[in-house]
Amino acid sequence: MSRKERNLWILGGIGIVVYALFPVAWIVSLSLKAPADIANQQFLPTTLSWTNYELILTGSASDLFLPALRNSFGICLIATAISCVLAMFAAYAIARLDFPGKKVILSTALGVAIFPVISIVTPLFNLWRQIGLYDTWPGLIIPYLSLTLPISIWTLSAFFREIPWEMEQAAQVDGATSWQAFRKVIVPLAAPGVFTTAIIAFFIAWNDFVYGISLTSTEASRPVPAALGLFSGASQFEAPNGPIAAAAVIVTIPVVVLVLLFQRRIVAGLTNGAVKG
Amino acid sequence: MSEIKLQNIVKKYGDGFPAVNDVSIDIRDGEFIILVGPSGCGKSTLLRMVVGLEDITSGELLINGQRVNDKAPRDRNLAMVFQNYALYPHLSVFENIAFPLRLTKGKFSDAEIDERVNRAADLLELREHLQRKPANLSGGQRQRVAMGRALVRDADAFLFDEPLSNLDAKLRGQMRTEIARIQRRLGTTTIYVTHDQTEAMTLGDRVAVLKKGVLQQCASPRELYEQPVNLFVAGFIGSPPMNFLPARVDGDRLSLPFGSIPMTPDLAKLVAGKELVIAGFRPEHFEDASVLEPHRRDAGVVIEVDVDVTEWLGNELYAYVPYEPDAAVAKQLEELDRDLDGEGMRTQIVVALDAKSRIRDGDRAQLWFDPARLHLFDPETGTTITRDEDEARRIDTENEELRKQALERARLSDERAREKAAAV
Repeated sequence: MSRKERNLWILGGIGIVVYALFPVAWIVSLSLKAPADIANQQFLPTTLSWTNYELILTGSASDLFLPALRNSFGICLIATAISCVLAMFAAYAIARLDFPGKKVILSTALGVAIFPVISIVTPLFNLWRQIGLYDTWPGLIIPYLSLTLPISIWTLSAFFREIPWEMEQAAQVDGATSWQAFRKVIVPLAAPGVFTTAIIAFFIAWNDFVYGISLTSTEASRPVPAALGLFSGASQFEAPNGPIAAAAVIVTIPVVVLVLLFQRRIVAGLTNGAVKG
Repeated sequence: MSEIKLQNIVKKYGDGFPAVNDVSIDIRDGEFIILVGPSGCGKSTLLRMVVGLEDITSGELLINGQRVNDKAPRDRNLAMVFQNYALYPHLSVFENIAFPLRLTKGKFSDAEIDERVNRAADLLELREHLQRKPANLSGGQRQRVAMGRALVRDADAFLFDEPLSNLDAKLRGQMRTEIARIQRRLGTTTIYVTHDQTEAMTLGDRVAVLKKGVLQQCASPRELYEQPVNLFVAGFIGSPPMNFLPARVDGDRLSLPFGSIPMTPDLAKLVAGKELVIAGFRPEHFEDASVLEPHRRDAGVVIEVDVDVTEWLGNELYAYVPYEPDAAVAKQLEELDRDLDGEGMRTQIVVALDAKSRIRDGDRAQLWFDPARLHLFDPETGTTITRDEDEARRIDTENEELRKQALERARLSDERAREKAAAV
């Protein structure tokens, strides 16, 4: 690579990073502005102020935000865990076994994934109220599964297909039952795939707004994205931009932490050395 | 210690095509048996049926007299080395080898596992690599780990599926002798699949040659080489391969593309009534007439040929002699070439001469051969006309005796080593 070419690459890289991070920087800067400072027509706050964070963590908006944060974490983690486990079994069967209806399952999963959420939210709302799931954790976990399961099955079955079948056959010849071969050989090998899937599933659930706003009514189960929409300013003439920005920053943090945490596990080529390549 | 009996084993896939067709082999206790054939001959499928990774469509598979057709792989107590090794990348070498022992839940204590893994590691010289991950090992080391995993259990038999095909030539030679040494020492029944006829000839007590799922001949390497049952076996065994020439029967003489040669009375009787046969010559049975001692020269026939290309290898010299094929057998020879994975390039014979020979490209040379070592094949059926059943039986008995002696020797030397160890 010539010097000129390398400089071009660096320049292009910087451009993309700035483009991608600018909105984030804007939100961070907005969250650090005092209420009177928000309309100062400049990018940076004139003075750093933590009022917005105080407002949502300890102040008047904390009644709205903190339970929502707890709900979001609980609901998303449970939904992710369930969808990962279910998807693991489903994907394993799809990748390994030949059974009638395999194609149907995969295309149904894809169909569910592209089905517009907004079109099933009203029937769900009615149904949930009838059977008492409205405004409960399971009432959100179940629809979230419908969002996360298809994508989890697809990604995981791709990962399982990558694992050489000989690994499992070797385990069986070595004396393992099918379950032992799955648990001791396939699952450890698929771990990077499971982590990737978990992160994607968590994001999808974490970012959902439509279900969150429609199927909840109180702090018993309202997730953060829905709660953000209910923030109000100090007076009705003041837009709650500051607190919303602060809440957005706080909500972003777990996602970033999650990615950094699992980044080391999501290393490609864990199967290196299994077979002669 | 075990005997494996394959009785009329058939494997049919969904489309009804028999990948393995009616194969019967009796594998004796402690025997090293090779399944060999060109690609797609069903040898790997057969092995996978023995270990239980493929269902048997029909036929019986008996291990120590017990029918195991419907048993799961883990209940057959066989150890297998896969072509691509199939090591567990998330486990260290130690844990890879210990894996089969750990699965037996409670049968082995940690100390026993330790001892067994270390013993296997010593046998394979893997001691200093035990804590490494497979990804950090060389091809040969990975291969040995795969073998370690098989050796560590008291398996009834070892199964190898082309274990050396991923190694480079030098390593392949080393591992080949290593496998032979370990098998002799442990005396475990072994089935070994390969497409490499050198491996087949050097390792096997007996070699089963397969073609398109059908067993052609199962015999000692020597019998395959000296008394092949048909064209296919004759062409498959030997490197460079046997030369096949159309030969017209002309009274008590055979007329070949290079001229006419006399037949012994026995030979003439065998081919009486036939007009056309296929003659097979091993390349190494030719000599350069000009460097031969006179008394040997008189015992054979000398033909004069035009040499096209020569290859000097140091220990010998290959000379290639083109000839015009006879249309009557051209089709048969072409088909044979295809069966043997050949390219059907050109009709030529290969002769392996003494390295002292002065024959070079383009020379007109005098080649000598002994007509008694000639093989003749029926052009329609491909069966060997010259096969001597008595001789084949004699070779077979001799081979079995030699095998038993070798096993006995290995057992004795093992015992002696143990006594010595106990004395210390």
